[in-house]
Amino acid sequence: MISDFLNPSYLAGFLTLVIIYSVFAIGLNVHWGYTGIFNFGVAGFFAVGAYTSAIITKKPATGDYMTYVGGLELPFVVGLLGAGVACAILAFIIGIPTLRLREDYLAIASIGVAETLRRVFINEMGLVNGTRGMIGIPQPLHGLVDQADYKYVYLAIAAAILVIVYIAVERVLRSPWGRVLRAIREDEITAAASGKDIFAFKMQAFMLGAFIMGLGGAMYASYVRAITPDTFVPMFGTFLIWVMLIVGGSGNNKGAILGALAVWLIWDRTGALVSDAQNPSIFYVRNLLIGVLVVAVLLLRPKGIWGEEKRVSIYAGKEPERARRKEPGEASEPAGAASVIEEPGESGAP
Amino acid sequence: MAQLIVIGLIMSSIIALGAIGLTLIYGILKFANFAHGDLMTVGAYIAFQTFVGGGHIGPLSFGYGMILAILAAMVVVGVVSVIIDRLVYRPLRRRNAGLVILAMASLGMAIIVRSLVYLGWGPDQRFYTPGLQYAHQFPLGIALKPDQMFIGAAAIISVVSVYLLLYRTTLGRAMRATADNMELARVTGIDTERVVIATWAIGGSLAGLAGVLLGIQSHLMPEMGFIFILPLFAASILGGVGSPHGALVGALVVGISQEVSTEWISPAYKPAIAFILLFAILLVRPRGIFGVKD
Amino acid sequence: MTVILEADGIVSGYGEVDILHGVSLMVDEGEIVAVIGPNGAGKSTLLKSAFGLLKLRKGKLLLDGVDATNLPPQKMVRNGVSYVPQSDNVFPSLTIVENLEMGAFVSRGNYKQRLGEVYDLFPALAERPNVKAGKLSGGQRQMLALARALMLQPRLLLLDEPTASLSPRMVGDILTKIRDINRKGVAILIVEQNAREALNLCHRGYVLVMGKNAMEDTGQNLLHSEEVGRLYLGG
Repeated sequence: MISDFLNPSYLAGFLTLVIIYSVFAIGLNVHWGYTGIFNFGVAGFFAVGAYTSAIITKKPATGDYMTYVGGLELPFVVGLLGAGVACAILAFIIGIPTLRLREDYLAIASIGVAETLRRVFINEMGLVNGTRGMIGIPQPLHGLVDQADYKYVYLAIAAAILVIVYIAVERVLRSPWGRVLRAIREDEITAAASGKDIFAFKMQAFMLGAFIMGLGGAMYASYVRAITPDTFVPMFGTFLIWVMLIVGGSGNNKGAILGALAVWLIWDRTGALVSDAQNPSIFYVRNLLIGVLVVAVLLLRPKGIWGEEKRVSIYAGKEPERARRKEPGEASEPAGAASVIEEPGESGAP
Repeated sequence: MAQLIVIGLIMSSIIALGAIGLTLIYGILKFANFAHGDLMTVGAYIAFQTFVGGGHIGPLSFGYGMILAILAAMVVVGVVSVIIDRLVYRPLRRRNAGLVILAMASLGMAIIVRSLVYLGWGPDQRFYTPGLQYAHQFPLGIALKPDQMFIGAAAIISVVSVYLLLYRTTLGRAMRATADNMELARVTGIDTERVVIATWAIGGSLAGLAGVLLGIQSHLMPEMGFIFILPLFAASILGGVGSPHGALVGALVVGISQEVSTEWISPAYKPAIAFILLFAILLVRPRGIFGVKD
Repeated sequence: MTVILEADGIVSGYGEVDILHGVSLMVDEGEIVAVIGPNGAGKSTLLKSAFGLLKLRKGKLLLDGVDATNLPPQKMVRNGVSYVPQSDNVFPSLTIVENLEMGAFVSRGNYKQRLGEVYDLFPALAERPNVKAGKLSGGQRQMLALARALMLQPRLLLLDEPTASLSPRMVGDILTKIRDINRKGVAILIVEQNAREALNLCHRGYVLVMGKNAMEDTGQNLLHSEEVGRLYLGG
């Protein structure tokens, strides 16, 4: 089990995926952990980011077996940023009608968006080559080292991107803008009463998180080099990332990274058992394990590994009726219970 | 076109059975059960497992063994739903867990259930009975297989039964009361815990039935129920969450629209049609056709 | 005079905040007891605590002399205590008669007879029993809520601001009904913003201020007390 990790090449690959998923988790954290946007369509952003980067970086399509738009042959960085921008635009388009919806309706709508997108990618052959997928996606700085050592180069690049994203997001969240966001998340009604344009803030957060997810998609595409619509099924593209956030502790970027590590570890090791056990059923055991994991965490330790919550009832002093009924759509409740999220290391009041 | 509408009606029956259960649960517990589609899957596979004996009831493709299998499926899924609620959702409700937590828990359960089905029966397509059935020809180019008529009949009987339950029995009135206002129901002395159990039992068994009928209509796959999640939610929300007639009307709209759409666009986009309908109603009238203003 | 309900030093509240800081009161058989006081004094909280909707953090509740502290609402109902919330006190999608039937949920026996008695008291409801409660006016809903509570044949009725947001005429009607109900032997604990009317109606009254007992006297005495007049009766 552990012996795989003693192989540096394998370890590098493992860590790269953890990093990529961490980026997704941080993006989702901006949505859910910090703004209370219940985005169940992460797979959609994942796909759009990955495909956009592929379209931007690949050579143009060559006839029958490969039909797709774009093929601009631009460098990885352009693909990366392009993916981010594309996702931000997608977020804007989706956000206009959906961000005003009640939490649960937003969730359902976002599932619908992701599924519709996936079907479009499958069906419109000329778009991204349908079910045959895009293969041969170029990788950044490929010529720098031997093929055998490339993994480390990519790991370094991915790590650098993660560090930049992490610092940037942390900076943004501690800014005045970030504080407003947190106020909205805890009590939308009071925040609205203080005159802030709730919708604008939510939209900005939605686009920011989507941008980050786009980066993740681009990173993924260049890492695996081949993507098909099946890559972005809800389990893999949405659910897994939510599990990472819940396990690691939402409202917290360190938690997001930790959750990505923990969950990917489980995912990877169970996958390794397949080669050992020679039984394809093991893949379903893996899904089962992830399902059990998330339910267990929700029941036993809802704040996750790293999540810290100072439990102050946001209903203190309010009309009792509202404290009793948990109405969907009422002031959004953060993960776990009505609470004020306090990160380790944060000082003072907002 | 007429044929598409008729097929749409058949699919609507199946959607309706799932949507009524979903909307009852949504209305009483304020909880979006993302595992509802997978409950349908469980029903289908339980029936598959318990379906014995050959023969045919008249022109139907199956014998009396199927009736027993259907009952088994309904009972099992009903019981399983109650158990899942007691073990997972109720503790979370007690803790005042937010909507997201509950939804994630139901998604987790959906994954668990689906994985168990995969592990139990494998990923391949299954059929209740082999061979094809001949369709009866009707005017306007409509062709209906006897199995499809069975589905329609089963759905109608079930929906009528649910209506009788909700509008003619004390339990049904208590369920409607609890959906209106759970705290007031408690204050009135209604045993809301029992109402919750009944809701899960009924919602679950309807989902189980829907799953079997879906299996009869097409085939069994571990993903079969999950694919239905969008149409189920679309139907419930379109009709107004918590309203059984809403779920019925919503199912008709969604089911028929999905089938009719194949006249112009690829069948792969059917769930997308459901989604568009859902989106439209959320924009125009979020409470749905029969819903009450929040 | 037997005491039905006795609250002794109740401390309760919501979240981290205490609203009641040790409140005591008593309701005897057949009495109407009113609780008045300024907004935020904790009147509704008191009623909820008495009915088991709120956990008592300190203090005791006695029903017929037996400890009933933190008994859940369902048990209170079975012990003959009925509660009418201030708002959202009917089931909107159920008809009038269905609402009444829910009131009788606990004890099924002699349902028809009780329905008849309630219809006698509230003839307006008998006229259109199959109308959905959601379609009723505010005053009619209040009547229905009262009627529903009576279906349980309670010995004690807890009423949370029954005249809130009602027109002056309806206020009179409701208060008359409450008096009628009391004449049939039902004890009533009524919490009211409308202090003058409440004091006029009741046998005894309590004044609650900032979650504590401030005054206690007969209804008439309180009504004519200068202090109460100045503070709560608005001249």
